[in-house]
Amino acid sequence: MSNASVEPRPNSQLDAPAPQPPEPGAPENWRRFFSFSTDHKVIGIQYIVTAFVFFLFGGLLAMVMRGELITPDADLVDRTVYNGLFTMHGTIMLFMWTFPMLNGLANYLVPLMIGARDMAFPRLNAIAFWLVPIFGVILTASFFVPGGPSQSGWWAYPPVSLQNPTGNLINGQSLWLVAVALSGVSSIMGAVNIVTTIFRMRAPGMGWFKMPAFVWTVFSAQIIQLIGLPALTAGAVMLLLDLTTGTSFFDPVKGGDPVLYQHFFWFYSHPAVYVIVLPIFGVFSEIFPVYARKPLFGYKVVVVSSLLITVLSLVVWVHHMFASGTPGWMRMLFMFSTMAISIPTGIKVFAWVATVWGGKLRLTSAMLFGLGGLSTFLFAGITGIMLSSAPFDIHVNNTYFVVGHFHYVINGAVVMGFYAAIYHWFPKMTGRMYYEGLGKLHFALTFIGINLIFLPMHPLGLMGMPRRVASYDPEFAFWNVIASLGGFLLGVSTLPFILNMLSSWTRGEQAGDNPWRAIGLEWLVSSPPPHENFEEIPIIVSPPYGYGSDEPLVSNNPKGTFEESAASTQIANLAGEAN
Amino acid sequence: MATNDQRTTDLNKVLNRRRIINLTGLAIANLLISLWMGQQAYSWLPPQASAESILIDKLFSFMTAVGTFIFNGVVGTLLYSVLFQRAAKYDPSDGPPIEGNVKLEIIWTGIPILLILWIGTVSYQTYDQMGILGSMTQKTMETVETVPAEPTQKVATSVEESATSAPIEVHSRQWAWEFRYPKEGVSSTELHLPVNQRAKFKLTSEDVIHGFFVPAFRVKQDIIPGKEIDFSFTPIREGRYRLRDSLYSGTYFAANQTDVVVESEAAYQKWLQTAAKTTPTAAANVAQTEFAQAEKTSVSLGWATVKPAPAPIVNYSNQPNTSQPTPQFEEEPHE
Repeated sequence: MSNASVEPRPNSQLDAPAPQPPEPGAPENWRRFFSFSTDHKVIGIQYIVTAFVFFLFGGLLAMVMRGELITPDADLVDRTVYNGLFTMHGTIMLFMWTFPMLNGLANYLVPLMIGARDMAFPRLNAIAFWLVPIFGVILTASFFVPGGPSQSGWWAYPPVSLQNPTGNLINGQSLWLVAVALSGVSSIMGAVNIVTTIFRMRAPGMGWFKMPAFVWTVFSAQIIQLIGLPALTAGAVMLLLDLTTGTSFFDPVKGGDPVLYQHFFWFYSHPAVYVIVLPIFGVFSEIFPVYARKPLFGYKVVVVSSLLITVLSLVVWVHHMFASGTPGWMRMLFMFSTMAISIPTGIKVFAWVATVWGGKLRLTSAMLFGLGGLSTFLFAGITGIMLSSAPFDIHVNNTYFVVGHFHYVINGAVVMGFYAAIYHWFPKMTGRMYYEGLGKLHFALTFIGINLIFLPMHPLGLMGMPRRVASYDPEFAFWNVIASLGGFLLGVSTLPFILNMLSSWTRGEQAGDNPWRAIGLEWLVSSPPPHENFEEIPIIVSPPYGYGSDEPLVSNNPKGTFEESAASTQIANLAGEAN
Repeated sequence: MATNDQRTTDLNKVLNRRRIINLTGLAIANLLISLWMGQQAYSWLPPQASAESILIDKLFSFMTAVGTFIFNGVVGTLLYSVLFQRAAKYDPSDGPPIEGNVKLEIIWTGIPILLILWIGTVSYQTYDQMGILGSMTQKTMETVETVPAEPTQKVATSVEESATSAPIEVHSRQWAWEFRYPKEGVSSTELHLPVNQRAKFKLTSEDVIHGFFVPAFRVKQDIIPGKEIDFSFTPIREGRYRLRDSLYSGTYFAANQTDVVVESEAAYQKWLQTAAKTTPTAAANVAQTEFAQAEKTSVSLGWATVKPAPAPIVNYSNQPNTSQPTPQFEEEPHE
């Protein structure tokens, strides 16, 4: 009997939960976002907000670059400054924005989606996050050391990256390498945590084929991190040793091999593209069913194709080196392996189109960004297949064609996918609705901006304009002016987003548990979810995406309280408004 | 009842037939647009100034056509959904609970596989043909077993071999190009090539990795310091083209460009002879000039840079060095 009296959670559905005093970490305490919190939801939002600040910084650098490129001559900034700008733009956008942002989404969503109360290793999770501001500060500090930041491009290919004109031990390049190595350590920690969480902490009943597609894609992506990141981190450490202690792994003067570095670098950095884009595929797979009111078409094939992409992504890296000293057999081998990746990717694209087809579409901001991201991804995929064709790649390798291609992936598909995710889960994260009007304005500006800046880069590359140039021949001026205008528009496009987020978070309408009538464990708990998410661990009885079939997803009530699911009552009218 | 059933199946047949006709019509329209785009693709590329460029452009045109067909198909379907399949206001109902269709999924796995095999095969053939032309073979000084056997010699090319000419030495450095014609004893900052003859090169770099890239020839090769790379292609069109450094090589990377002049055999020989007689002088060099200017200004707005290598001393330079007056090479030498 004494056992029953200390039972912390009321078993009876009629008992109201005992009121508890507010504690640090409770949803209403905003200070928790500035603390060493181990709550995965707090860490998730910490990641997302930190990453977004760096996104604005990296975007600002890009706008200065577009200002330089609006005229053929090197006139706005010094060449060294331009070189530092594109190096830091790429570095910040990848290591300070994309990866932290992905970790933020995974952190916030994965435990909620699999019915766990937190990540497997909450403290490791917090340490992995707090490394981000640390290497962020190191990267930012490199702007202020004598000689300026790294100017060797985000690839940091030796020998250029080993030249160190200042002769100082502490220079932009060495700080850059320290930051990248720390970023690698942080990401490996995150990957260990996420993979373990998905393996071990799924709620009862959630077999692999009941897992939401987003969780599948995060899992596939983090496996790549575990396999590939050690190579990049090791490469960065070796380069740092070459630079600071005079070893000669990569320095040709002392008998090192600069091409070896390229292998280290791309062995991770190409799969990294799939680390980045796979979770975005997951976002698409989550969002299209909700706003088309249809199950994800071919769920099993879609999720298994993620693992296929993981495997293939590990054997394609040499396609970045078709123009390096690469023997012919390697070119042909990696051409075919690269092309093969388009098969699982194609399966996904067709599945999304089939999901949307014949549905009852609601063009909310999240859906618009999802569809926009899908169409830009399709374009990037097609230019990607062109690039995988070695003979054609020889012509456009290292030209603006490549720059246009990967920005269609990263800024087109990935950033639009991020926005889609933020809009879709904003009510869950904050408990409030955002303003649809501003969201749609944000979409229009972003979509036009992206196409205006990155489409012209394709003809520029075909004409033969190399990437990373501070000045160019006048024949390229026309398309560069258009691209620059698109770049400035893209910069402006963040303003309605920031306005929307800030004012909605503080003053937006109350969202309720499930404003989109979405199916998924995260929508069964309150918004924002309580500390430890689930009063009662859910027991899953159905596969995800049961739209149109009225099957219950769980056999119990994870909120632990007796309450009709607010889902169906509240939102019929909101859904109408979204159109 | 029987007549009713009969009527429904008839109706379905008519609807199905109409659907097939509509879809076929759309596919044909898409095909025509795609073929047209494929033709347009040629105009997005620089002039075809090498034998290789003809092959590459054909490949690009083919991939553009295939890509356009897929893009139109997918985006067209999505657009149709967005325009005509939206939920009515206040309609909270769900769409049909279709979870998949095995037949469809097999088709759309099979089609990409076939397309990839097709594009891959065409690419491979193109590469093979370029291999016959010899542009893709590269050798290193430390010859390693990864280097394939040279595929060139077994097939006779239509291009006349200038058997006597030794490979032109390409010396790249931060930030200048220098071309040496060892047999004639000529050095130049501008690359001169006879038309319709296989041009052979030995590419070397003195400091960092550079990239030899002539857009009009569609060829590109990274030059790795410490290695000597054999490279060749065949210019087929007279004219003046840009040669650009394609692999980021540091501060003045963007300025590390020069011209390639493709000319008739006679003009080429005349150029060589005249250049050989000219005393070597320091060529103009953008990196040098800009670096000197930056050193003069007391307030530097820039960050640290590697000091450019001294301007190359050459017999012929397309841009005479303005800071050091030198006898300028004349296009029409006095006889």
